[in-house]
Amino acid sequence: MAGLIDIFAQGLEMLLVVGLAPLLVGWVRKVKAHVFRRRGPSLLQPYRDLLRLFSKDALLAENASWISRTAPYVVFAAVWVAAALIPTFAAGLVFHWAADLIAIVGLFGLARFALAVAGMDVGTSFGGIGSSREMLLASLAEPAMLMVVFTISLFAGSSQLASIVDFVLAGGIGIRPSLGLALVAVAIVAIAENARIPVDNPATHLELTMVHEAMVFEYSGRHLAMIEAAAAVKLLAWLSLIAAIFLPFGMAPGPHSGFGAMAVGLLAWLAKLAVLATLLGLFEASIAKMRVFRVPEFLGGAFALGVLATVLLFVSRGL
Amino acid sequence: MSGIDIELARLMATLMLVVSFMLLYQDRLAGLINAYALQSGLLALAVAAQAHAQEAPHLYVTALLALVVKGLAIPLALHRIVLRLGVHREIEKVIGVGTTMLFGLAVTMLAVLVVLPVTETAAALTREDLGFALAIVLLGLLTMISRRNAVSQVIGFMSLENGLILAATGARGMPLVVEVSVAFSILIAFIVVGIFLFRIRERFDSVDVHALDRFRGELP
Repeated sequence: MAGLIDIFAQGLEMLLVVGLAPLLVGWVRKVKAHVFRRRGPSLLQPYRDLLRLFSKDALLAENASWISRTAPYVVFAAVWVAAALIPTFAAGLVFHWAADLIAIVGLFGLARFALAVAGMDVGTSFGGIGSSREMLLASLAEPAMLMVVFTISLFAGSSQLASIVDFVLAGGIGIRPSLGLALVAVAIVAIAENARIPVDNPATHLELTMVHEAMVFEYSGRHLAMIEAAAAVKLLAWLSLIAAIFLPFGMAPGPHSGFGAMAVGLLAWLAKLAVLATLLGLFEASIAKMRVFRVPEFLGGAFALGVLATVLLFVSRGL
Repeated sequence: MSGIDIELARLMATLMLVVSFMLLYQDRLAGLINAYALQSGLLALAVAAQAHAQEAPHLYVTALLALVVKGLAIPLALHRIVLRLGVHREIEKVIGVGTTMLFGLAVTMLAVLVVLPVTETAAALTREDLGFALAIVLLGLLTMISRRNAVSQVIGFMSLENGLILAATGARGMPLVVEVSVAFSILIAFIVVGIFLFRIRERFDSVDVHALDRFRGELP
Protein backbone atom coordinates (compact mmCIF):
# COMPACT_ATOMS: atom_id res chain seq x y z
CA MET A 1 0.00 0.00 0.00
CA ALA A 2 1.54 3.26 -1.10
CA GLY A 3 1.42 5.61 1.83
CA LEU A 4 1.91 9.33 1.89
CA ILE A 5 5.65 9.01 2.51
CA ASP A 6 6.07 6.80 -0.55
CA ILE A 7 4.30 9.28 -2.76
CA PHE A 8 6.24 12.15 -1.27
CA ALA A 9 9.59 10.41 -1.80
CA GLN A 10 8.75 9.47 -5.37
CA GLY A 11 7.50 12.99 -6.11
CA LEU A 12 10.64 14.49 -4.62
CA GLU A 13 12.77 12.24 -6.81
CA MET A 14 10.85 13.17 -9.95
CA LEU A 15 11.16 16.88 -9.19
CA LEU A 16 14.83 16.58 -8.30
CA VAL A 17 15.83 14.79 -11.52
CA VAL A 18 14.25 17.53 -13.59
CA GLY A 19 15.34 20.37 -11.34
CA LEU A 20 18.96 19.30 -11.09
CA ALA A 21 19.51 18.21 -14.68
CA PRO A 22 20.35 21.68 -16.10
CA LEU A 23 22.68 22.26 -13.16
CA LEU A 24 24.50 19.04 -14.07
CA VAL A 25 24.90 20.21 -17.66
CA GLY A 26 26.19 23.54 -16.37
CA TRP A 27 28.64 21.71 -14.12
CA VAL A 28 30.06 19.64 -17.00
CA ARG A 29 30.49 22.83 -19.06
CA LYS A 30 32.16 24.55 -16.13
CA VAL A 31 34.63 21.68 -15.70
CA LYS A 32 35.49 21.76 -19.39
CA ALA A 33 35.88 25.55 -19.38
CA HIS A 34 38.14 25.25 -16.35
CA VAL A 35 40.38 22.72 -18.12
CA PHE A 36 40.61 25.06 -21.09
CA ARG A 37 41.58 27.86 -18.64
CA ARG A 38 38.47 29.84 -19.41
CA ARG A 39 36.05 31.11 -16.83
CA GLY A 40 33.06 29.58 -18.59
CA PRO A 41 29.39 30.47 -18.25
CA SER A 42 27.67 30.48 -14.89
CA LEU A 43 26.40 27.21 -13.48
CA LEU A 44 22.87 28.58 -13.86
CA GLN A 45 23.25 29.36 -17.57
CA PRO A 46 21.36 26.21 -18.73
CA TYR A 47 18.35 27.34 -16.63
CA ARG A 48 18.49 30.77 -18.25
CA ASP A 49 18.71 29.19 -21.70
CA LEU A 50 15.65 27.06 -20.97
CA LEU A 51 13.70 30.05 -19.66
CA ARG A 52 14.60 32.11 -22.70
CA LEU A 53 13.51 29.32 -25.04
CA PHE A 54 10.24 28.84 -23.16
CA SER A 55 9.37 32.53 -23.49
CA LYS A 56 9.95 32.57 -27.24
CA ASP A 57 7.47 31.66 -29.93
CA ALA A 58 7.73 28.18 -31.38
CA LEU A 59 8.11 28.28 -35.13
CA LEU A 60 7.45 25.25 -37.25
CA ALA A 61 8.08 24.59 -40.90
CA GLU A 62 5.02 24.91 -43.17
CA ASN A 63 4.88 21.23 -43.99
CA ALA A 64 5.47 20.05 -40.42
CA SER A 65 2.91 17.44 -39.36
CA TRP A 66 1.62 16.50 -35.91
CA ILE A 67 4.75 14.41 -35.47
CA SER A 68 6.89 17.52 -35.25
CA ARG A 69 4.52 19.07 -32.73
CA THR A 70 4.22 16.07 -30.40
CA ALA A 71 7.72 14.61 -30.61
CA PRO A 72 9.37 17.00 -28.11
CA TYR A 73 6.80 16.11 -25.47
CA VAL A 74 7.06 12.38 -26.15
CA VAL A 75 10.83 12.59 -25.88
CA PHE A 76 10.70 14.51 -22.64
CA ALA A 77 8.03 12.26 -21.13
CA ALA A 78 9.87 9.04 -21.98
CA VAL A 79 13.14 10.32 -20.61
CA TRP A 80 11.49 11.68 -17.47
CA VAL A 81 9.76 8.38 -16.75
CA ALA A 82 13.05 6.54 -17.26
CA ALA A 83 14.77 8.95 -14.87
CA ALA A 84 12.00 8.48 -12.31
CA LEU A 85 12.44 4.70 -12.46
CA ILE A 86 16.17 4.73 -11.78
CA PRO A 87 16.99 4.60 -8.07
CA THR A 88 18.78 7.82 -7.17
CA PHE A 89 18.93 8.57 -3.46
CA ALA A 90 16.71 5.73 -2.24
CA ALA A 91 15.86 2.30 -3.56
CA GLY A 92 12.39 0.83 -3.32
CA LEU A 93 10.31 3.89 -4.17
CA VAL A 94 6.77 3.46 -5.47
CA PHE A 95 7.66 3.17 -9.14
CA HIS A 96 10.64 0.93 -8.60
CA TRP A 97 8.73 -2.29 -9.06
CA ALA A 98 8.66 -1.28 -12.74
CA ALA A 99 12.32 -0.27 -12.83
CA ASP A 100 13.48 -3.09 -15.00
CA LEU A 101 16.76 -2.45 -16.83
CA ILE A 102 15.25 -3.61 -20.10
CA ALA A 103 12.27 -1.28 -19.58
CA ILE A 104 14.64 1.63 -19.07
CA VAL A 105 16.59 0.78 -22.21
CA GLY A 106 13.21 0.59 -23.98
CA LEU A 107 12.15 4.01 -22.73
CA PHE A 108 15.37 5.56 -23.98
CA GLY A 109 14.73 3.75 -27.25
CA LEU A 110 11.26 5.27 -27.46
CA ALA A 111 12.67 8.76 -26.95
CA ARG A 112 15.26 8.14 -29.62
CA PHE A 113 12.66 6.82 -32.04
CA ALA A 114 10.41 9.88 -31.54
CA LEU A 115 13.30 12.26 -32.12
CA ALA A 116 14.51 10.41 -35.21
CA VAL A 117 11.03 10.42 -36.74
CA ALA A 118 10.69 14.12 -35.97
CA GLY A 119 14.04 14.79 -37.60
CA MET A 120 12.76 13.30 -40.84
CA ASP A 121 9.29 14.87 -40.62
CA VAL A 122 10.00 18.19 -42.32
CA GLY A 123 12.12 16.59 -44.99
CA THR A 124 15.25 18.72 -44.77
CA SER A 125 18.53 17.04 -45.56
CA PHE A 126 20.08 17.92 -42.22
CA GLY A 127 17.28 16.32 -40.25
CA GLY A 128 17.44 13.21 -42.38
CA ILE A 129 21.18 12.81 -42.04
CA GLY A 130 20.94 13.33 -38.28
CA SER A 131 18.22 10.71 -37.94
CA SER A 132 20.07 8.21 -40.08
CA ARG A 133 23.25 8.61 -38.06
CA GLU A 134 21.39 8.46 -34.76
CA MET A 135 19.85 5.15 -35.79
CA LEU A 136 23.23 3.83 -36.97
CA LEU A 137 24.73 4.60 -33.57
CA ALA A 138 21.71 3.27 -31.70
CA SER A 139 21.81 -0.03 -33.55
CA LEU A 140 25.36 -0.46 -32.25
CA ALA A 141 24.90 0.97 -28.76
CA GLU A 142 21.81 -1.05 -27.87
CA PRO A 143 23.32 -4.54 -28.30
CA ALA A 144 26.27 -3.41 -26.20
CA MET A 145 23.90 -2.14 -23.51
CA LEU A 146 21.91 -5.37 -23.61
CA MET A 147 25.07 -7.45 -23.12
CA VAL A 148 25.82 -5.35 -20.04
CA VAL A 149 22.25 -5.85 -18.84
CA PHE A 150 22.67 -9.62 -19.25
CA THR A 151 25.91 -9.60 -17.28
CA ILE A 152 24.49 -7.62 -14.42
CA SER A 153 21.24 -9.59 -14.37
CA LEU A 154 23.19 -12.86 -14.26
CA PHE A 155 25.06 -11.54 -11.24
CA ALA A 156 22.06 -10.33 -9.34
CA GLY A 157 19.60 -12.93 -10.54
CA SER A 158 17.18 -10.23 -11.64
CA SER A 159 17.01 -7.40 -14.13
CA GLN A 160 15.12 -5.20 -11.69
CA LEU A 161 17.23 -2.26 -10.67
CA ALA A 162 15.98 -2.27 -7.09
CA SER A 163 17.05 -5.89 -6.53
CA ILE A 164 20.38 -5.24 -8.26
CA VAL A 165 20.99 -2.34 -5.89
CA ASP A 166 20.09 -4.51 -2.91
CA PHE A 167 22.37 -7.26 -4.16
CA VAL A 168 25.36 -4.96 -4.64
CA LEU A 169 24.72 -3.21 -1.33
CA ALA A 170 24.66 -6.56 0.46
CA GLY A 171 28.21 -7.13 -0.81
CA GLY A 172 27.19 -10.04 -3.01
CA ILE A 173 29.62 -9.21 -5.77
CA GLY A 174 33.00 -7.99 -4.57
CA ILE A 175 35.68 -7.09 -7.08
CA ARG A 176 34.81 -8.90 -10.27
CA PRO A 177 36.66 -8.39 -13.54
CA SER A 178 33.52 -8.85 -15.57
CA LEU A 179 31.84 -6.08 -13.61
CA GLY A 180 34.76 -3.81 -14.49
CA LEU A 181 34.39 -4.67 -18.17
CA ALA A 182 30.67 -3.99 -17.94
CA LEU A 183 31.41 -0.60 -16.36
CA VAL A 184 33.68 0.42 -19.23
CA ALA A 185 31.13 -0.81 -21.77
CA VAL A 186 28.31 1.09 -20.08
CA ALA A 187 30.44 4.24 -19.94
CA ILE A 188 31.04 4.05 -23.70
CA VAL A 189 27.34 3.46 -24.34
CA ALA A 190 26.42 6.38 -22.07
CA ILE A 191 28.77 8.68 -23.97
CA ALA A 192 27.23 7.63 -27.26
CA GLU A 193 23.65 7.85 -26.00
CA ASN A 194 24.12 11.33 -24.60
CA ALA A 195 25.88 12.59 -27.73
CA ARG A 196 29.01 13.54 -25.81
CA ILE A 197 32.33 14.32 -27.37
CA PRO A 198 34.15 11.46 -29.00
CA VAL A 199 30.87 10.48 -30.65
CA ASP A 200 29.06 13.78 -31.11
CA ASN A 201 29.72 17.33 -30.05
CA PRO A 202 26.92 18.80 -27.91
CA ALA A 203 28.20 22.36 -28.34
CA THR A 204 28.15 22.78 -32.09
CA HIS A 205 25.58 23.71 -34.67
CA LEU A 206 28.02 24.08 -37.51
CA GLU A 207 29.73 20.81 -38.16
CA LEU A 208 28.82 18.35 -40.85
CA THR A 209 29.55 15.59 -38.36
CA MET A 210 26.81 16.55 -35.92
CA VAL A 211 24.21 13.95 -35.05
CA HIS A 212 21.87 15.09 -32.30
CA GLU A 213 21.94 18.77 -33.25
CA ALA A 214 21.14 17.94 -36.86
CA MET A 215 17.92 16.20 -35.83
CA VAL A 216 16.66 19.14 -33.79
CA PHE A 217 17.63 21.71 -36.37
CA GLU A 218 14.04 22.66 -37.20
CA TYR A 219 12.92 23.24 -33.62
CA SER A 220 12.62 26.52 -31.78
CA GLY A 221 10.94 28.03 -28.76
CA ARG A 222 9.28 25.71 -26.29
CA HIS A 223 9.78 22.65 -28.49
CA LEU A 224 13.53 23.17 -28.46
CA ALA A 225 13.36 23.84 -24.72
CA MET A 226 11.65 20.49 -24.17
CA ILE A 227 14.29 18.70 -26.22
CA GLU A 228 17.15 20.44 -24.47
CA ALA A 229 15.60 19.67 -21.08
CA ALA A 230 15.14 16.05 -22.13
CA ALA A 231 18.80 15.85 -23.14
CA ALA A 232 19.82 17.21 -19.74
CA VAL A 233 17.53 14.79 -17.86
CA LYS A 234 18.87 11.95 -19.98
CA LEU A 235 22.45 12.79 -19.00
CA LEU A 236 21.42 12.85 -15.35
CA ALA A 237 19.53 9.58 -15.75
CA TRP A 238 22.52 7.81 -17.29
CA LEU A 239 24.91 9.04 -14.62
CA SER A 240 22.40 7.97 -11.95
CA LEU A 241 22.09 4.58 -13.63
CA ILE A 242 25.85 4.06 -13.55
CA ALA A 243 25.94 5.23 -9.94
CA ALA A 244 23.03 2.96 -9.00
CA ILE A 245 24.52 -0.19 -10.51
CA PHE A 246 28.20 0.23 -9.80
CA LEU A 247 28.38 2.56 -6.80
CA PRO A 248 25.13 2.23 -4.86
CA PHE A 249 26.86 3.12 -1.59
CA GLY A 250 25.01 5.37 0.80
CA MET A 251 21.68 4.87 -0.93
CA ALA A 252 18.74 4.70 1.46
CA PRO A 253 17.06 1.27 1.36
CA GLY A 254 13.53 2.68 1.09
CA PRO A 255 11.25 5.60 1.82
CA HIS A 256 10.49 4.27 5.31
CA SER A 257 14.09 4.17 6.46
CA GLY A 258 13.79 7.54 8.13
CA PHE A 259 14.79 11.11 7.41
CA GLY A 260 18.47 10.62 8.27
CA ALA A 261 19.03 7.76 5.84
CA MET A 262 17.25 9.71 3.11
CA ALA A 263 19.41 12.78 3.71
CA VAL A 264 22.57 10.66 3.59
CA GLY A 265 21.34 9.03 0.39
CA LEU A 266 20.62 12.42 -1.14
CA LEU A 267 24.05 13.79 -0.28
CA ALA A 268 25.75 10.62 -1.52
CA TRP A 269 23.81 10.82 -4.78
CA LEU A 270 24.76 14.47 -5.31
CA ALA A 271 28.40 13.69 -4.58
CA LYS A 272 28.39 10.74 -7.00
CA LEU A 273 26.79 12.88 -9.72
CA ALA A 274 29.35 15.64 -9.19
CA VAL A 275 32.24 13.18 -9.40
CA LEU A 276 30.89 11.42 -12.50
CA ALA A 277 30.13 14.73 -14.22
CA THR A 278 33.64 15.98 -13.43
CA LEU A 279 35.11 12.80 -14.91
CA LEU A 280 32.92 13.27 -17.98
CA GLY A 281 34.08 16.87 -18.38
CA LEU A 282 37.75 15.90 -18.01
CA PHE A 283 37.33 13.04 -20.47
CA GLU A 284 35.63 15.29 -22.99
CA ALA A 285 38.27 17.95 -22.65
CA SER A 286 41.10 15.49 -23.19
CA ILE A 287 39.85 13.81 -26.34
CA ALA A 288 39.08 14.93 -29.87
CA LYS A 289 35.85 14.24 -31.67
CA MET A 290 35.98 11.12 -33.78
CA ARG A 291 35.14 10.92 -37.43
CA VAL A 292 31.61 9.61 -37.77
CA PHE A 293 32.83 6.48 -39.49
CA ARG A 294 35.21 5.70 -36.62
CA VAL A 295 32.32 5.70 -34.14
CA PRO A 296 31.04 2.20 -35.06
CA GLU A 297 34.47 0.83 -34.14
CA PHE A 298 34.32 2.65 -30.80
CA LEU A 299 30.87 1.25 -30.06
CA GLY A 300 31.95 -2.14 -31.37
CA GLY A 301 34.57 -2.03 -28.64
CA ALA A 302 31.80 -1.53 -26.10
CA PHE A 303 29.94 -4.51 -27.54
CA ALA A 304 33.09 -6.63 -27.40
CA LEU A 305 33.61 -5.68 -23.76
CA GLY A 306 30.01 -6.55 -22.98
CA VAL A 307 30.33 -9.98 -24.59
CA LEU A 308 33.64 -10.55 -22.80
CA ALA A 309 32.02 -9.64 -19.49
CA THR A 310 29.31 -12.24 -20.04
CA VAL A 311 31.83 -14.88 -21.13
CA LEU A 312 34.07 -14.22 -18.13
CA LEU A 313 31.10 -14.59 -15.87
CA PHE A 314 30.64 -18.10 -17.18
CA VAL A 315 34.35 -18.80 -16.75
CA SER A 316 34.35 -17.82 -13.10
CA ARG A 317 31.18 -19.76 -12.38
CA GLY A 318 31.80 -22.77 -14.55
CA LEU A 319 29.35 -23.68 -17.27
CA MET B 1 46.68 -18.52 0.37
CA SER B 2 44.55 -15.45 0.91
CA GLY B 3 41.68 -14.19 -1.20
CA ILE B 4 43.09 -10.87 -2.30
CA ASP B 5 45.94 -12.19 -4.44
CA ILE B 6 43.63 -14.61 -6.18
CA GLU B 7 41.35 -11.69 -7.03
CA LEU B 8 44.39 -9.74 -8.18
CA ALA B 9 45.69 -12.56 -10.36
CA ARG B 10 42.24 -12.96 -11.88
CA LEU B 11 41.94 -9.23 -12.50
CA MET B 12 45.36 -9.06 -14.15
CA ALA B 13 44.59 -12.06 -16.37
CA THR B 14 41.35 -10.37 -17.43
CA LEU B 15 43.13 -7.12 -18.18
CA MET B 16 45.68 -9.02 -20.27
CA LEU B 17 42.82 -10.42 -22.30
CA VAL B 18 41.41 -6.92 -22.78
CA VAL B 19 44.83 -5.68 -23.89
CA SER B 20 44.92 -8.54 -26.42
CA PHE B 21 41.77 -7.01 -27.89
CA MET B 22 43.50 -3.63 -27.87
CA LEU B 23 46.29 -5.21 -29.92
CA LEU B 24 43.69 -6.35 -32.43
CA TYR B 25 42.05 -2.93 -32.50
CA GLN B 26 45.13 -0.71 -32.53
CA ASP B 27 46.10 0.44 -35.99
CA ARG B 28 49.27 2.39 -35.33
CA LEU B 29 52.62 0.78 -34.69
CA ALA B 30 53.58 2.99 -31.74
CA GLY B 31 50.25 2.27 -30.05
CA LEU B 32 50.65 -1.42 -30.79
CA ILE B 33 54.08 -1.53 -29.14
CA ASN B 34 52.80 0.40 -26.11
CA ALA B 35 49.87 -1.99 -25.77
CA TYR B 36 52.31 -4.89 -25.88
CA ALA B 37 54.41 -3.26 -23.15
CA LEU B 38 51.24 -2.80 -21.08
CA GLN B 39 50.35 -6.45 -21.52
CA SER B 40 53.81 -7.52 -20.42
CA GLY B 41 53.58 -5.31 -17.35
CA LEU B 42 50.22 -6.85 -16.50
CA LEU B 43 51.75 -10.29 -17.00
CA ALA B 44 54.46 -9.39 -14.49
CA LEU B 45 51.80 -8.37 -11.96
CA ALA B 46 49.74 -11.50 -12.62
CA VAL B 47 52.78 -13.72 -12.14
CA ALA B 48 53.75 -11.88 -8.96
CA ALA B 49 50.23 -12.39 -7.61
CA GLN B 50 50.47 -16.07 -8.51
CA ALA B 51 53.83 -16.26 -6.76
CA HIS B 52 52.21 -14.92 -3.61
CA ALA B 53 49.17 -17.15 -3.95
CA GLN B 54 51.19 -20.32 -4.53
CA GLU B 55 53.97 -19.30 -2.11
CA ALA B 56 56.49 -20.01 -4.83
CA PRO B 57 59.32 -17.44 -4.60
CA HIS B 58 60.97 -18.44 -7.88
CA LEU B 59 57.92 -17.05 -9.70
CA TYR B 60 58.99 -13.58 -8.55
CA VAL B 61 62.05 -14.04 -10.78
CA THR B 62 59.70 -14.84 -13.65
CA ALA B 63 57.71 -11.69 -12.90
CA LEU B 64 60.88 -9.60 -12.84
CA LEU B 65 62.04 -11.13 -16.14
CA ALA B 66 58.67 -10.37 -17.71
CA LEU B 67 58.78 -6.77 -16.51
CA VAL B 68 62.37 -5.98 -17.49
CA VAL B 69 62.73 -7.94 -20.71
CA LYS B 70 59.23 -7.86 -22.15
CA GLY B 71 57.83 -4.77 -20.46
CA LEU B 72 60.80 -2.49 -21.07
CA ALA B 73 63.67 -3.82 -23.20
CA ILE B 74 61.76 -5.34 -26.12
CA PRO B 75 59.25 -2.46 -26.49
CA LEU B 76 62.08 0.11 -26.43
CA ALA B 77 64.01 -1.87 -29.01
CA LEU B 78 60.87 -2.20 -31.15
CA HIS B 79 60.29 1.55 -30.98
CA ARG B 80 63.86 2.09 -32.23
CA ILE B 81 63.45 -0.47 -35.00
CA VAL B 82 60.21 1.15 -36.12
CA LEU B 83 61.86 4.57 -36.21
CA ARG B 84 64.88 3.29 -38.12
CA LEU B 85 62.71 1.41 -40.59
CA GLY B 86 60.67 4.55 -41.07
CA VAL B 87 57.36 2.69 -40.79
CA HIS B 88 55.74 4.67 -37.93
CA ARG B 89 52.62 5.21 -40.02
CA GLU B 90 49.36 3.29 -40.23
CA ILE B 91 49.22 -0.47 -40.37
CA GLU B 92 47.59 -2.06 -43.36
CA LYS B 93 45.13 -4.69 -42.31
CA VAL B 94 44.05 -7.72 -44.26
CA ILE B 95 40.49 -7.57 -42.91
CA GLY B 96 38.67 -4.71 -41.21
CA VAL B 97 38.64 -3.93 -37.51
CA GLY B 98 35.03 -4.94 -36.95
CA THR B 99 35.45 -8.36 -38.53
CA THR B 100 38.69 -8.93 -36.65
CA MET B 101 37.04 -8.04 -33.34
CA LEU B 102 34.18 -10.44 -34.04
CA PHE B 103 36.69 -13.17 -34.87
CA GLY B 104 38.46 -12.30 -31.63
CA LEU B 105 35.26 -12.71 -29.63
CA ALA B 106 34.53 -16.02 -31.31
CA VAL B 107 38.05 -17.24 -30.59
CA THR B 108 37.73 -16.20 -26.92
CA MET B 109 34.48 -18.10 -26.55
CA LEU B 110 36.07 -21.09 -28.24
CA ALA B 111 38.94 -21.00 -25.74
CA VAL B 112 36.52 -20.84 -22.82
CA LEU B 113 34.35 -23.64 -24.18
CA VAL B 114 37.40 -25.84 -24.76
CA VAL B 115 39.10 -25.25 -21.42
CA LEU B 116 36.16 -25.36 -19.03
CA PRO B 117 34.95 -28.95 -19.59
CA VAL B 118 38.51 -30.33 -19.72
CA THR B 119 39.68 -28.88 -16.41
CA GLU B 120 36.77 -29.70 -14.16
CA THR B 121 38.97 -31.12 -11.42
CA ALA B 122 41.43 -28.22 -11.32
CA ALA B 123 41.29 -25.30 -8.89
CA ALA B 124 39.16 -22.34 -9.94
CA LEU B 125 42.08 -19.99 -10.42
CA THR B 126 44.01 -22.47 -12.58
CA ARG B 127 40.94 -23.01 -14.71
CA GLU B 128 40.41 -19.33 -15.28
CA ASP B 129 44.06 -18.75 -15.98
CA LEU B 130 44.14 -21.57 -18.50
CA GLY B 131 41.02 -20.25 -20.23
CA PHE B 132 42.38 -16.71 -20.41
CA ALA B 133 45.81 -17.95 -21.48
CA LEU B 134 44.42 -20.01 -24.32
CA ALA B 135 42.32 -17.02 -25.41
CA ILE B 136 45.38 -14.76 -25.33
CA VAL B 137 47.41 -17.29 -27.35
CA LEU B 138 44.67 -17.54 -29.97
CA LEU B 139 44.24 -13.76 -30.07
CA GLY B 140 48.00 -13.42 -30.58
CA LEU B 141 47.73 -15.80 -33.52
CA LEU B 142 44.82 -13.77 -34.84
CA THR B 143 46.88 -10.57 -34.55
CA MET B 144 49.63 -12.29 -36.53
CA ILE B 145 47.40 -13.44 -39.36
CA SER B 146 45.31 -10.26 -39.59
CA ARG B 147 48.34 -8.02 -40.17
CA ARG B 148 50.59 -7.67 -43.16
CA ASN B 149 53.26 -5.59 -41.52
CA ALA B 150 56.15 -7.74 -40.28
CA VAL B 151 56.65 -5.64 -37.13
CA SER B 152 53.05 -6.12 -36.00
CA GLN B 153 53.35 -9.82 -36.70
CA VAL B 154 56.32 -9.91 -34.35
CA ILE B 155 54.20 -8.19 -31.71
CA GLY B 156 51.42 -10.74 -32.21
CA PHE B 157 54.00 -13.47 -31.67
CA MET B 158 55.30 -11.85 -28.49
CA SER B 159 51.76 -11.43 -27.16
CA LEU B 160 51.14 -15.13 -27.88
CA GLU B 161 54.18 -15.91 -25.76
CA ASN B 162 52.74 -13.78 -22.93
CA GLY B 163 49.71 -16.08 -22.98
CA LEU B 164 51.97 -19.13 -22.76
CA ILE B 165 53.77 -17.74 -19.72
CA LEU B 166 50.43 -16.98 -18.08
CA ALA B 167 49.33 -20.59 -18.62
CA ALA B 168 52.65 -21.95 -17.36
CA THR B 169 52.61 -19.95 -14.13
CA GLY B 170 48.97 -20.82 -13.50
CA ALA B 171 49.96 -24.49 -13.21
CA ARG B 172 51.80 -25.37 -10.04
CA GLY B 173 55.49 -26.13 -9.98
CA MET B 174 56.96 -24.94 -13.24
CA PRO B 175 60.75 -25.12 -12.82
CA LEU B 176 62.70 -21.89 -13.08
CA VAL B 177 65.09 -23.42 -15.61
CA VAL B 178 62.25 -23.82 -18.09
CA GLU B 179 61.12 -20.26 -17.50
CA VAL B 180 64.59 -18.77 -17.95
CA SER B 181 65.24 -20.76 -21.10
CA VAL B 182 61.89 -19.68 -22.55
CA ALA B 183 62.67 -16.05 -21.77
CA PHE B 184 66.04 -16.31 -23.47
CA SER B 185 64.68 -18.12 -26.49
CA ILE B 186 62.19 -15.29 -26.87
CA LEU B 187 65.01 -12.79 -26.70
CA ILE B 188 66.99 -14.73 -29.29
CA ALA B 189 63.91 -15.01 -31.49
CA PHE B 190 63.44 -11.26 -31.14
CA ILE B 191 67.02 -10.56 -32.22
CA VAL B 192 66.77 -12.93 -35.17
CA VAL B 193 63.48 -11.38 -36.23
CA GLY B 194 64.99 -7.91 -35.84
CA ILE B 195 67.85 -8.77 -38.18
CA PHE B 196 65.38 -10.46 -40.50
CA LEU B 197 63.24 -7.31 -40.61
CA PHE B 198 66.14 -5.21 -41.81
CA ARG B 199 67.02 -7.86 -44.41
CA ILE B 200 63.42 -7.79 -45.73
CA ARG B 201 63.48 -4.01 -45.86
CA GLU B 202 66.84 -3.95 -47.64
CA ARG B 203 65.62 -6.32 -50.30
CA PHE B 204 62.06 -5.11 -50.86
CA ASP B 205 62.02 -1.51 -49.56
CA SER B 206 59.05 -2.43 -47.34
CA VAL B 207 58.17 -4.65 -44.39
CA ASP B 208 54.91 -5.74 -45.93
CA VAL B 209 55.16 -9.52 -45.91
CA HIS B 210 53.10 -9.76 -49.07
CA ALA B 211 56.27 -8.65 -50.84
CA LEU B 212 57.68 -12.06 -49.89
CA ASP B 213 54.70 -13.83 -51.42
CA ARG B 214 55.12 -11.88 -54.62
CA PHE B 215 58.82 -12.69 -54.65
CA ARG B 216 58.10 -16.39 -54.41
CA GLY B 217 55.67 -16.03 -57.28
CA GLU B 218 52.66 -16.97 -55.13
CA LEU B 219 50.81 -13.77 -55.85
CA PRO B 220 50.31 -12.31 -59.31
